[in-house]
Formats: sequence, C-alpha cells, structure tokens
Amino acid sequence: MTLNEAQDAIIEDFDLFDDWEQKYEYIIDLGKKLPGLDSLHKTEENIIKGCQSVVWLHAEYRDGKLYFYGDSEAIIVKGLVSLLLQVLSGHTPAELLSTELYFIDKIGLASHLAQTRSNGLASMVKQMKSYALAYSLGTV
Amino acid sequence: MHFSEIIRQEFPILHQSVQGHPLVYLDNAATTQKPQVVIDALSHYYEGYNANIHRGIHYLAEKATSAFEETRKSIARFVNAAEPAEVIFTYGTTDGINLVAQTYGKSFLNAGDEILISTLEHHSNIVPWQMLCEEKGCILRVIPLLETGELDLAQIDAFITEQTKLVSLIHVSNALGTINPVQEIIDKAHAVGAKVLVDGAQAIAHLDVDVQALDVDFYVFSAHKLYGPTGVGILYGKRALLESMPPYRGGGEMIKEVTFEKTTYNEIPFKFEAGTPNIADIVALKSAVDFVEQYGKSSMAAWEDELLVYATAALEQIDGLKIIGTAAHKIAVISFVLEGIHPQDIGVILDQQGIAVRTGHHCTQPLMKRLGLVGTTRASFSVYNTKEDVDRLVMGLHKVKKFLA
Repeated sequence: MTLNEAQDAIIEDFDLFDDWEQKYEYIIDLGKKLPGLDSLHKTEENIIKGCQSVVWLHAEYRDGKLYFYGDSEAIIVKGLVSLLLQVLSGHTPAELLSTELYFIDKIGLASHLAQTRSNGLASMVKQMKSYALAYSLGTV
Repeated sequence: MHFSEIIRQEFPILHQSVQGHPLVYLDNAATTQKPQVVIDALSHYYEGYNANIHRGIHYLAEKATSAFEETRKSIARFVNAAEPAEVIFTYGTTDGINLVAQTYGKSFLNAGDEILISTLEHHSNIVPWQMLCEEKGCILRVIPLLETGELDLAQIDAFITEQTKLVSLIHVSNALGTINPVQEIIDKAHAVGAKVLVDGAQAIAHLDVDVQALDVDFYVFSAHKLYGPTGVGILYGKRALLESMPPYRGGGEMIKEVTFEKTTYNEIPFKFEAGTPNIADIVALKSAVDFVEQYGKSSMAAWEDELLVYATAALEQIDGLKIIGTAAHKIAVISFVLEGIHPQDIGVILDQQGIAVRTGHHCTQPLMKRLGLVGTTRASFSVYNTKEDVDRLVMGLHKVKKFLA
C-alpha cells in the first residue's frame, strides 16, 4: 500500500461515522489496540517534546524502509499515534518526504495537530520526517 | 434573576455554542472572560483618544495620559496602596516577579542569603529566583506541603530564619486553590528582617487585598485574571523599597536626563516603566476594576464559594474521582484525578461537549512531583458560572468515564 492509499483507507473508515462520539470511540479503540512500545525503547531521546502527555516514537530502518513504533500514556493521543503509524510506517524515506499528509484534515482532526493542542502530534510528524530526511541523506 | 445570571449577561463570549453545545467555561484560573464594559473601553480608547502618553501636549495625549493615570489611582485604591506611585504597570505577574528579582534581588541579596518559596509555587515564582540564585549564590529554600495541599506551617520556623532575606509566596495556589496564610508568613518574615513578595495572580479576583494591612513589601498580579485585558500586570511596592531599587529596563519614560556620559532616572513609578506602555489595555483595566467594585468582591466571592461547595459535593459522588487539594481555605478551584484515565483524555472528551477545563501540570511541575501525579484536571470557577455549569461538568465526566474507563 502506498502512503496515499493508506491515507485514503483511513478517510474511508472515518466517513462511516455520524458524530464525534463514534469517531472518538474508534480512536480510543485504536489506542487500546496499539501494542505498547517495549520499555527498552521508551528512552529519553524517543520522547516527543512539547506534549502534555508523554509520547514516544521509535524508528527502525530495514530494507530501505522506515518503520515507526509509538506509544503514549494518554489513550486518545495513543489512538491518534496509531493512525499516524498506519499511514507513515513502512515506506521509503523518499516517499515519506514527497507525500503531503492530508488525511488528518479530511477526518476532521486537524485541531489535534495544531500547535495549541500541545499533544505533540505535530512534533511527532516532524520527527518522522526528520528520520526520513536523515536516512535519505545517509547521515544515520 | 439570580446574581450570577445578571453578571453573566455582561460577558458576550459566554453566549456561544462550542462543538454544538452551549459553552461551559471552567478555565477561569487561566484567564477570566471580559465584561462588555472592558471590551468597550478598549474600542473607545482606539476610536476616541489613542495617543502616546506623558509628553504630548496635545488634546489626545492629555486625555490618554489622564485615563492611564486614572487606572493607576484606581488600582491603588483597589489594593489600598498608600499612594498611586507605588503602583507599577508591568506586562503581567511573571514580569513583576522578574522585575523584583532583577532589581531588588540583584542589589540587595548576596551569596549565602536565603530566598524562601513554597511547594505550591507556579513556575513563574520559582525560575526567576533560581536564575538569581545562580547569579548571586543565594540559596533557594522551599516550604513543604501537607497532603491536603496546605503548607506545613508546623515547620515554618525552621525555614524563616536569620538567613532568610526574601520570601516569595503564592497567595492562592493556581493548581489546587489553597489560600495561603500570607499574613502569618509576612509577620514572621518581617520579624527576621526579610522582605516579602506575594504573588496574587489567583487571589486578586477573589479575595480582598489590602497591601497596607498585610504590610506586604511587594504584591504582584495580572489584569487578565481580574476580568481585564491581557498584557498588563501590576507590581505594588512600598515607596522606600521601590526608590532604593535600580531601574529594570532602560529606555524612554524612565529617565530624568540623558547625556552620553550619564543618565539620571525618573521618579517612581516611571523609573520602572521604560518605553511606551500597553496604554489601551491599562486604560481598559480601570473598567474591570469598576466592574468588580460595582458588584462587590465579597458578593462575588460568596457566590463562588457556593459554587465550590456545590461542585465539590457533586464531584465527590463520581466513582473513582479524587479531589486533589482539600485545604480548609480554598477559592473555587477544583483539581481532580479520575482513576485510570489520563487528564489529557479527560480534557479532550470534555472539550467535545463544549466544556473548557485545564489539564496537565498547571505550570507547577515540582508540586505535581510532590503529589506523585503527572497532572490533574482543573475546573476553576468564576462569578459568572452557574450550578448548571457544574451539572454539565458532572454529566461530561460521566461521559468521559463511559468512553475511557
């Protein structure tokens, strides 16, 4: 699945929801289902700064692709992290760098990525792109 | 109509829907909303008499200067300062504390001197003193806290000693609502010759503040937590102290005479007000004070206390909810945790229901650490809140539990 196909799949899922309650139930469910990050990877340097809740992001590079793993102590944030991982994990650095993220807007969660939210999701996306940039430049 | 309903009419922002629900605003400890008279004062200033103050000799400048100085007089009366010159305009509480740390602190504190704060302090009453301690070699000491969220006064004599030169204490805790016994601490501090700064950010809208009766040396607060505009703070200081202190920032307004060889400084309060101040917001602050005086702070506080009692009883009914901070003397601030649910999740689900609360560490990380918490959810009430707002919060929290428990 390309990165855009992954975005479109999520948009399709969210189209089914009639109200915020269904939407948040789904996000909370995703949060509950996302396997927690191994404590080995819950390091200081994997913490995304600027969050009200602690959010961790761990990256692995295998066979030319970047795989992301994340966790949060707040369940809604963890659900949103799960969505970001579904879309952004498992692609080449080049694809990550060349694709615009539009699904968050489309599913009506843009405010969660806004600076004011202080949940660090914007920082998380930035961090994922930094990994992609670093690997594409061969600096890691 | 009920007192709070009448007051509520004066706040246009409260009459709106958020996420399809009537707004319930319970983040008043962060900032209060503004009554129409304050909003009007701002636009009247810009529409009618915007001008730079103090040196202009034209009509608008005189009108603006006079309005600006009227606010100073009004604040002096409001906190019972001995004279308006003891009222310094700053940009906020944080700015006022930094001013004192950087002027009084730098001039009069020395290596080994102790600065005493408490476990309840906001970061803005911790960091400026840490910076000063680093620079001057002073020692920062911290009054410990009881489980109730009250200061451990049984130990106070071990903390206020001959080495104590300055006590900087929060009047009312922003995170827990605890009202500190500032009078007792001021008296004890003065007995050993220490000066006292009181951070009144959370107190000013709720408690009567009489700086002369308290005999406090410095008292700081922000306009925006007193129904006034953002970007304005007040530093009250005793004349003799303010006169003994060097200026904070250099620039226009604060000078008497400038030559390239030497500059002499203006009198107080102007010595501490370099540059063009936040004239419009300072002018509008007077309307906020008028608003409070019109309804009477004690009547407002009485209603807030009733809300506190009502909300405390209602929240205690919720299974798994624990109120953090159970001091005997509190303002209408309720911090709580819900078992097994992260505060941020609570905030998100309440927001979806049009309920504004604050979640997190409330800029009091050392306090949260002391309490063993990552953060709390805080509902803070103001005079325009109603019992229906409390009911909505309770219903909102039941929904939070349904979603997340």
